[in-house]
Amino acid sequence: MSAFHIIVCGSLVPDPLQTLEPITSPTGPGLKNEAMLPAVLDPWAGHALYEAANLAKNNPGSKVWLVSLGPKAKLQQLMMTIAQKVPFELVAVDGSASGFTDPFEAANALSDAIAKIPGLDRSKLLVFGGCASASRDAGVTMQMIGEKLGICDQFLAVDELSTPGDGSLRILERIEGGRYQVSSCQGAPAVLAWATGKLPVPPNNPQVGMMNMRAIMPALQKAVPAKVGSEGVTFSSVEVPKQKRETRIVKDMPVDEIAREIVAWITA
Amino acid sequence: MEKILYLAHVESDGTLSKAALESLGAAVELSKKLSGSSLSVGLIGSQAEKAAGSIASCGATSFFAVSGPEFDCSRYSTDAAAIEALGRQTQATLMVAAGTSRFGRAVPGATFRLNGRIDSRITGFTVENNSFQIQRWFYRQRMMSTQTRAQRPWALLLDPGVFSPWAGQPGTTSVQSIAVNLPELRTRVLGTETATTGPQTIRPDAKLLFVTGAGWTKKQSDGQPHVKEAEDLIINFLEKTRASLGSTKSLVDQTGDGQQVISLLSHINQVGQTGSTPRHQKGLSTCCHGEEPHTVGWRFINERRAINLDANCGWAQGKADVLYVADAFQVLKKVNELL
Ligand SMILES: Cc1cc2nc3c(=O)[nH]c(=O)nc-3n(C[C@H](O)[C@H](O)[C@H](O)COP(=O)(O)OP(=O)(O)OC[C@H]3O[C@@H](n4cnc5c(N)ncnc54)[C@H](O)[C@@H]3O)c2cc1C
Repeated sequence: MSAFHIIVCGSLVPDPLQTLEPITSPTGPGLKNEAMLPAVLDPWAGHALYEAANLAKNNPGSKVWLVSLGPKAKLQQLMMTIAQKVPFELVAVDGSASGFTDPFEAANALSDAIAKIPGLDRSKLLVFGGCASASRDAGVTMQMIGEKLGICDQFLAVDELSTPGDGSLRILERIEGGRYQVSSCQGAPAVLAWATGKLPVPPNNPQVGMMNMRAIMPALQKAVPAKVGSEGVTFSSVEVPKQKRETRIVKDMPVDEIAREIVAWITA
Repeated sequence: MEKILYLAHVESDGTLSKAALESLGAAVELSKKLSGSSLSVGLIGSQAEKAAGSIASCGATSFFAVSGPEFDCSRYSTDAAAIEALGRQTQATLMVAAGTSRFGRAVPGATFRLNGRIDSRITGFTVENNSFQIQRWFYRQRMMSTQTRAQRPWALLLDPGVFSPWAGQPGTTSVQSIAVNLPELRTRVLGTETATTGPQTIRPDAKLLFVTGAGWTKKQSDGQPHVKEAEDLIINFLEKTRASLGSTKSLVDQTGDGQQVISLLSHINQVGQTGSTPRHQKGLSTCCHGEEPHTVGWRFINERRAINLDANCGWAQGKADVLYVADAFQVLKKVNELL
């Protein structure tokens, strides 16, 4: 059994059911009514958080920190929805969570916050996050955080982590064609950027919520402001694709005929 | 004056993958359009010489390689060190590479070491008046941007399946070998395995994507679900068409709910906002409803048809070319007979 210090990098994204409309602001592109849009925990980072909590539970002495970069007020709202899920300590960084910010700047802000966490033991350190965000969707931030922290063992699109018990890590990463690459790493420190993982979303647990909230409010108050933008990037346009297809709706056609039409189309 | 470095990892038999040839096609096109630019090639893997020969006529002025048995596997520490060394050697200002799982893992960190910046999932580019702009999607394929950046080096990871692969004559070329300082190797790659125990259902090169929705496991007109029958129909269809199998989130999530499920499916099959957005010539969606934002699983499918009992099916209206309002069980049974 080994104890881990698990950092999960994850923040908020607009609820996937919202209609998103890009706008141009003086600081670059953004979303219409961005501050008002209901937000959720970025889905892949969410999987990373649940996997982290499970790993910590199975390895006594472990601890989970959630390091979140986002506007403080929105982070507070987000915490209301996730604090009851699993035990963690929040480290809040007050800055933009826009998809249009540069991953390099986000990585710098996050790794600076991680480096300042008191008591973090590098020899136990696992840095988790999502394999891509649902906002920028770049899939590059975790690697840069790892680099800044000097971690040379990194894994992307992880679906499974097992710990044989000798401190080593056995990792399955998604690769092309629906396959997994299987690797074995000697142990912490390592970076794991998660895909869906293997765990369902945990049910709400009010006791966990109460315990988390005691530390969440002070963490939000202490949130360090970070300037995260997209220096050097010029956006000439951001557009929602307009093409709407003319859908031919086929009703009341006998099944045999539909099947023939589909077969002809598939084999054409 | 841009110095373009094309990066590729070489397959074990000395060939370059389709994605690698596509990004070479893009790099060559870029170097032709950016006046005054130069193109060099950086290859990773022990068969680099052979791979260099296969693309000798691509127009690159120099070929570099990081080879040795450590560089044959896809591993962050070795790949990042190789890419960093190639970037330093060539003093590249633009680094062009395919967005494979291997480079997706390693290029970002290597770029960070070079104090560069990176853009990934690039789906297009334009050069006008010697100004270079890329296209990429934000918010999981919901909106597309055209953008450029000032910092160099600038690494570009290109989405596979978008650019035309480079094709040209093989030849001979001299390859300069680059030495790399490796950190202690703490990770061993043990191999690969399939994600599901059943047949391989994800086929990136298939012409057709077959998308299954939760309707396949719902109660049907007789008040009963018919999951086994659904599974047999789907397996039979996939065997006959060699289509790639995609699924909505609702259907793959059922595997965690303990109810009777379609055993072929895992999270890897999921398409959409928190799944993949594969590229195929044709797509047939069956029993998928989905809210508008989730149908981005369709985004890169050219010809789309759908079968649903509901004429208002969100996967189809305005998004498919044809919607058959019908029972997918009946239609697929007949389709399988005809195929
Ligand atoms: C954070 C988040 C992320 C998400 N990400 C994704 C994602 O990546 N991908 C995704 O797909 N969804 C995603 N969703 C879920 C999405 O909102 C929908 O729940 C889901 O897409 C709906 O799945 P469905 O179409 O399979 O099922 P349902 O909505 O249950 O629809 C079933 C359909 O089957 C039809 N049907 C039933 N029987 C038959 C029959 N015999 N013949 C023909 N048709 C039949 C019905 O008419 C119905 O339209 C996400 C949701 C959230 C909150």
